[in-house]
Amino acid sequence: MNDFFTVAIITATLASGIRLAVPFLLAALGEAVGQRAGVLNLGVEGVMLIGAFAAYYTALESGSAALGLLMGLVVGMVMGLIYAFITVVMHAEQGISGIGIYLFGLGFTDLLFQKQVGTPRPISGLQAKPFDWLADDTGRAGELLFSHTILTYVAFLLVPVIYFLITRTTFGLNVRAVGENPQAADTLGVSVNGIRTAAIVIGNTMAGLAGAALALEIGIFQQNLTAGRGFIAIALVYFGAWRPVGVMAGSLLFGIVSSTVLQLQVQDVISGSVASIANMAPAVLTVIVLVVVSRRIGQPAALTRPFTRDS
Amino acid sequence: MLKMTDNQQRFSSGLDIGRLLRPFAGLAVPAGAVIAALAVGAILLGVFGANPLTGYRELFTGAFGGPDELAATALKSIPLMLVGVGICIAFRTGVINIGGEGQIIMGAILATLVALALPDVPRPILVPLVMIAGGIGGGIWGAIPGALKAYSGVNEILSTIMMNIIAGFFMSFLLEDWLIEPGAIRIQQTKRLSHNADLPLLPGGTRLHLGIVVALIVAILGYLLLFRSSLGMRLRAVGHNPHASRAAGMKVELSITQALAFSGACAGIAGAVLVFGSESHRLIGEGGPLAFTQSAGFNGIVTALFGGLHPLFTVLSSYLFGGMLAGGISLQRAVQVPQALVIALNGVVVVFVVGSLKLRTRVQRWAEGDIQMEDRA
Repeated sequence: MNDFFTVAIITATLASGIRLAVPFLLAALGEAVGQRAGVLNLGVEGVMLIGAFAAYYTALESGSAALGLLMGLVVGMVMGLIYAFITVVMHAEQGISGIGIYLFGLGFTDLLFQKQVGTPRPISGLQAKPFDWLADDTGRAGELLFSHTILTYVAFLLVPVIYFLITRTTFGLNVRAVGENPQAADTLGVSVNGIRTAAIVIGNTMAGLAGAALALEIGIFQQNLTAGRGFIAIALVYFGAWRPVGVMAGSLLFGIVSSTVLQLQVQDVISGSVASIANMAPAVLTVIVLVVVSRRIGQPAALTRPFTRDS
Repeated sequence: MLKMTDNQQRFSSGLDIGRLLRPFAGLAVPAGAVIAALAVGAILLGVFGANPLTGYRELFTGAFGGPDELAATALKSIPLMLVGVGICIAFRTGVINIGGEGQIIMGAILATLVALALPDVPRPILVPLVMIAGGIGGGIWGAIPGALKAYSGVNEILSTIMMNIIAGFFMSFLLEDWLIEPGAIRIQQTKRLSHNADLPLLPGGTRLHLGIVVALIVAILGYLLLFRSSLGMRLRAVGHNPHASRAAGMKVELSITQALAFSGACAGIAGAVLVFGSESHRLIGEGGPLAFTQSAGFNGIVTALFGGLHPLFTVLSSYLFGGMLAGGISLQRAVQVPQALVIALNGVVVVFVVGSLKLRTRVQRWAEGDIQMEDRA
């Protein structure tokens, strides 16, 4: 049982934790952008499922994981436009329409899978590992940092990119303005609906990409593949207090805890039932963190409020 | 309004048809949305090579075509009714409860534990006992995020989602270890629970059991609580305006905790019904939490909203949604389109109906003769 505590295994576990964090990170960063603009999207789980199926099916038919990834991104974008129409134009209650999107994604992907694929057939994931050549020469740290596929680097690179976008650009300023005080933003000539639509499309595109990343990582599709990851991603936005770095910390927490539990189970250190208890840890920790931070940090003031000029 | 509009003048003499039709003008839009959603379903059926008309006929007859079908629909609707009534209570208090899934699971677990601990208690006592245990289990699981919101300001959307995850893993922990059926192949399920806890079948020769009566009783109690008690008045006041309620001397924090506790209790009873009304009479975790709850924690939100957040109308909308779930099975059998279509269709219905509410407000205003104001604006 002491096998677990070798450097090799700990490194491998951390590396896989980083990979498992990628779907959380992509989905939660996207959701954070949307929420900063005042739009809550509870449909992340559904969009992730649709992105996952699109990526899986494309990769299965074409043999190209990269093409699959692209399809995940495209369907995410389409779902973003649909969600923007529902919430921004039609002013639908955001929490409920999100549940609708979730149910649609859950049923629709299951339907397509049963009709188009039937029996689960594995696909090969992304092969492009841009820094793989560095891993051989740099030992354990190298394995941890350089052994990932390009998608992992893109996901983590998006943390500073989104941070910069929200805090240092005009677009980001507008996003925050329509999320905090849409009436004031409107008075200053900012297109509230335009900015919100853009934020929603960014968020859903990233959710679709997150689903695609998950399908390619697991290499298979099945009913409810995401198994609640989209809902966790929404929770991570609150956990990270709407800040990209906080969101990243939460994603890594969930990723590394699940990879550690999985590794301990594979090594026979713990049984399946103990693994279930251990898997609760991030959720429990999230609740505790929220009790501590929630008094300090408020959510965007106009979150879930549709914008009308006469109100 | 001082000036009568054309619309009002037209109907002002004799029978006031306009007035009679007014409540239905608003209903026309959601009804249209449902029809539009069904049209999307027809297209999907067509894409998969099935005749949409045959498909829908099968869906309808599978749901409402005879006593057995009506009973199957009622069975599918029980968890939706129970969760939905709970959602009415929470949403009316201004608290969003996404935690139905976890509350169902915790109710099912506590009810199962009671049945395991007291297998020999006679049925007339044990059945109510396990239902109450379910209510307590779900109630506690609702009260925790309620108290966290009320006293620590933790967002309830987030905490109820987390409570779902914790409950799901807790169920698989119990079913992999303490509660697993002894000796058998290691499937995540308990042994067959006490016969004394089985929900008895209702007379009529169908598979319909006492669970439907439990659901109706809970719905009536929910209605009395919300609209005919001072506690319910306080809950609705807090939902309407927490600041004014506080100024009027109400304990807002307590109301929020109570609302989520009641809401969770209803879902917990649904969990107990899912265990003791199932054909296998055991708690099964195989296939994940979603397989056990049948997504009722989410679908119940949908039926409550369709029921206008009114417990009695929620019973009606739950029955209709139950019909879609039950009919989906015969749809699959008849035209070889997986019943997952029905879940997707449920989602489309929700999106179309909530998306059309703005339009509905406009139509309602038109029916009430406010259209001129609307035109000027």
